[in-house]
Amino acid sequence: MTIAQDDAPATTSKDKDVRAQEVDTLPQPKGDALLGRTVTINRPRAELFAYWADLTNLPAFMDNVERIDMLSDTRSHWVVKAPAGKTVEWDAVITDKREGELIAWASTEGADVPNSGRIEFRDAGDRGTIVTATIAYDPPAGIIGKVVAKLFQREPAIQARRDLRRFKQLMETGEIATAAWTQKQLQEEKA
Amino acid sequence: MRALTWHGKHDVRVDTVDDPEILNPRDAIIKITSTAICGSDLHLYDGYIPTMKAGDILGHEFMGEVVETGPGSTLKKGQRVVVPFTIACGSCYHCGKHQYSACDNGNPADNQDIGQEMYGQPMSGLFGYSHLTGGYAGGQAEYVRVPFSDVGPIVVPDGLTDDEVLFLSDILPTGWQAAENADIEPGDTVAVWGCGPVGLFAVQSAFLMGAHRVIAIDHFPHRLELARRFGAETINFEESKTYEALMEMTGGIGPDAVIDAVGLEAHGFFVDNVVDQIKASLFLGTDRIHSIRQAIHACRKGGRVSMPAVYGGFVDKFPLGAFMEKGLTLKTGQTSVQHYMPALLNAIVEGQIDTTFLISHRMSLEDAPKGYKMFHDNQNEVTKIVLKPDFAPSSTIAAE
Ligand SMILES: NC(=O)c1ccc[n+]([C@@H]2O[C@H](COP(=O)([O-])OP(=O)(O)OC[C@H]3O[C@@H](n4cnc5c(N)ncnc54)[C@H](O)[C@@H]3O)[C@@H](O)[C@H]2O)c1
Ligand SMILES: [Zn+2]
Ligand SMILES: [Zn+2]
Repeated sequence: MTIAQDDAPATTSKDKDVRAQEVDTLPQPKGDALLGRTVTINRPRAELFAYWADLTNLPAFMDNVERIDMLSDTRSHWVVKAPAGKTVEWDAVITDKREGELIAWASTEGADVPNSGRIEFRDAGDRGTIVTATIAYDPPAGIIGKVVAKLFQREPAIQARRDLRRFKQLMETGEIATAAWTQKQLQEEKA
Repeated sequence: MRALTWHGKHDVRVDTVDDPEILNPRDAIIKITSTAICGSDLHLYDGYIPTMKAGDILGHEFMGEVVETGPGSTLKKGQRVVVPFTIACGSCYHCGKHQYSACDNGNPADNQDIGQEMYGQPMSGLFGYSHLTGGYAGGQAEYVRVPFSDVGPIVVPDGLTDDEVLFLSDILPTGWQAAENADIEPGDTVAVWGCGPVGLFAVQSAFLMGAHRVIAIDHFPHRLELARRFGAETINFEESKTYEALMEMTGGIGPDAVIDAVGLEAHGFFVDNVVDQIKASLFLGTDRIHSIRQAIHACRKGGRVSMPAVYGGFVDKFPLGAFMEKGLTLKTGQTSVQHYMPALLNAIVEGQIDTTFLISHRMSLEDAPKGYKMFHDNQNEVTKIVLKPDFAPSSTIAAE
């Protein structure tokens, strides 16, 4: 067991053992690559949690998620855009849920992109709520898939950061910022 | 519609492009009646600002008539509004503190990556000012889409002309914030580098904030003359040695506060400029920081440095030692226009601030490329160009 030498989040550690241990803190961990992203949102914690808890809301700000179908209260089916016009799919189950605080998930057997993670909500006083995503995943086709994904800007670390920014925009302003000036441009942007 | 588009260094054209549409609930569409060319636009024109793309519509100082509104807009069709160049949401933490130019949400999520990589935190959104600040279409056009129209634009009272209020969009608040950032105390002597629009409004603002003396520095006689009209003493840096003159004029102390209203294209032959210019030809090279170096050098011990001027990249030979050893304070940033607009509109109504003196030329939007060239080549006489989309082409009117 490697002990972290400082107070920095494990997701920022240079030590792969510390990172691996962090993955193991997820219930039913899936995936080896670990990423953490935090954003502060100037809205009450309960409101943000409630929006996120309805998984069918997520495609509104997760640009790569085409669709999420609820199969039961805890099981969902994800259809996600991949490079070259393809999609990848998986089922996910909620592995932990604490009202107003935390939602954890894991993909099930046979996922195209095995992944697991948790999203946490913490009060931030007059700044609103701190939202932290911790995600473990296996890049589609190993290292090649990662390079391709990066080229197409579908690299999970980049995407997670952008998704959280869009979540923040939607919650704080009621809309998602765009520099397009015609409907046509906006549709092209989303494609 | 017709719009002024950027195609490369010293290449701007008026093209026909699609009309803007309402895309988000809080949007409004404005029909432009007046739009100005800014010193900041010259940085784009000269190719100093990275992340520009061919076809980008320029312009961030504009006003006009509301012609369409989204369901979340509070504007009404037919209202005349001035639009701040900073795109701010009004509801994030920074907007709550009135730090509108630091708004978290004005810049589209994907565009925030560049600023985050380059500066550590993403920039807010600005109209017509590269993709670093969102890639928004600007207002040197017939129409513009204005996001967050419920918090940005200010409605102009009847009886005020475009010329009187247009500069609320940027340079008047910028000059004001520059003076505010100088933390002026009664009896202070304030030195202002650059007598462009920003510098000239900083001169007026500094006096309104209680400065005892303002010393304005430039090399264009006409611009220095305008500064003198507002009560400033002047130094022409081609005629006199700026540092020596400032020291003699302040009893050997140095100015209490210094304002750099020049920016990354400082004129004049200085050894450091030559090096900087070579580097600037590379992506995000070294800015030409002559004026800020000189301002720091001249500033009195414990004094304040205010830097409204725009810099984008990295600098060599920044006098960090002088900064520390003299115990200086630096304040800077894109202007939080929304914060200043209401009070400054009032100052215009009350006749405390004059804005129209600045306009040297009015011309058709179609003539904008000519306007850019004039503003670039003849800064002495061309102090500010206002483009009017409803003017007939080739009908340039020089003021007085
Ligand atoms: N912070 C903001 O939000 C904001 C807003 C608007 C403009 N700006 C910036 O403010 C700066 C000034 O804008 P402007 O519209 O007045 O520009 P401008 O180009 O019209 O004026 C600049 C003036 O500086 C003078 N100058 C050049 N080199 C000098 C030197 N070495 N010493 C003294 N004077 C010198 C020039 O002769 C010119 O008169 C620009 O960098 C612009 O980008 C910042
Ligand atoms: Zn400007
Ligand atoms: Zn904001």
